[in-house]
Amino acid sequence: MGLLAYGDTGWGDELFFATLMTIAVAAAAIFIGFILAAIFASFKLSKIKILNLIGSFYTTVFRGVPELLVIYLFFFGGSGAVMYVAKVFGYEGYIEVNAFLTGAFSIGIISGAYSTEVFRGAVQSIDKGQFEASEVLGLKKKIYYYKIIIPQMLRLALPNISNVWQITLKDTSLISVTGLVEIMRQSYIAAGFTRDPLFFYSFAAVLYLFLTFLSMRIFNKLEKQYNRGY
Amino acid sequence: MDLNFALENLPKLLRATKLTIELTLLSLLFGIFVGVFFAILRTGKNRMLFFISYYYSYVLRGTPLLVQIFIIYFGLAQLEWVRESFLWVFLKEPYSCAILAFTLNTGAYSSEIFRSAFETINKGIVEAAEGLGLNKINIFFKIKLPIAIRQSLPAYGNEMILMLKGTSLASTVTLLDLTGVAKHIISTTFRPVEVFVVAGGIYLLMTFIIHNFIKFLEKKYNYKKT
Repeated sequence: MGLLAYGDTGWGDELFFATLMTIAVAAAAIFIGFILAAIFASFKLSKIKILNLIGSFYTTVFRGVPELLVIYLFFFGGSGAVMYVAKVFGYEGYIEVNAFLTGAFSIGIISGAYSTEVFRGAVQSIDKGQFEASEVLGLKKKIYYYKIIIPQMLRLALPNISNVWQITLKDTSLISVTGLVEIMRQSYIAAGFTRDPLFFYSFAAVLYLFLTFLSMRIFNKLEKQYNRGY
Repeated sequence: MDLNFALENLPKLLRATKLTIELTLLSLLFGIFVGVFFAILRTGKNRMLFFISYYYSYVLRGTPLLVQIFIIYFGLAQLEWVRESFLWVFLKEPYSCAILAFTLNTGAYSSEIFRSAFETINKGIVEAAEGLGLNKINIFFKIKLPIAIRQSLPAYGNEMILMLKGTSLASTVTLLDLTGVAKHIISTTFRPVEVFVVAGGIYLLMTFIIHNFIKFLEKKYNYKKT
């Protein structure tokens, strides 16, 4: 257990901060995913054909292409794209995009594709009468969406959001290829340094198990809370 | 987006696709056996076997595939008794390590799919078979298994697509599959967009084929409820 000591002699503190980094990337990614999902789910639900098509294109591509390939696209293409935009605004220098943002965006876009389907499904499973009643009451679309549809939708979507969170959490391990020091990358460094890969990768597995276990508990509690009235 | 550059690299990527297909099919094939095996343990009456199966699927589904592949490829090589045993012939090769990791992973997910399929089989059907005097082996292969296969088709189709995407991790243990070659081209030419479009297109095509194959099977094995 000396290998896990906290401080200079062991890897305990490094792995602890790496775990926090994993949580931070996953949280940022799922947040970006939710924003994208809100946009693309409304595209998919809209009556305009071209928006439907854009929504379907997004979910098909990012659910059908391996996560690693998307990460490589953003890792190698990210700086180029940012510099291209900067050039338009008249900045001609080298810009390096930080590994955290690259990771959060690439995983976020993938996570968003899954969330889009979850949101769409949840809105569709709300009773039609709710929409009609809101319209009859003369509520504006914006208001009844915020006050009536979205609160109900979140309750229905919660079990699936829990699934998306688990997928997102596990996908963050792939960001280690870009050099961001999260659990996987830290274990890789420690394994190389101590020549004890079996121990450190197994310990990484334990950390991930702990995170998935913990999130399961939290989501179960939330589900109970939101289902009180049913 | 440079079309010529994309076309130039297409043959290279198509050649790498062969390995991706191979890894996917082999892992799925072995994974079905692992999945059915653990699903049977899960539905049996023995508590001990139930827990083994339960924790197997819990651990394998709760950790990233990348960790699993690293434990098998980098981790196991560290143990002396592994290096001295006959297993070393397989475990020193990244190819067989990747297949082993994928098989165990997809086995865990499919065991859950098959388990729920077995559990939804109508008891009356099994009782009728028992009443007709069929023995246990016949009931399993002729009655339970065909029904379970039909029940699990849609979920298993998703798992096939997830496995196809999962094989991209083979590139992290030096294998040159479609993602591995794509990464190599990107990092030498720094043209991620073209390569992503071509490689992503190939993956999407394969996803599309799996999707329609499952749809075809669903139609074929669907019976009309009267």
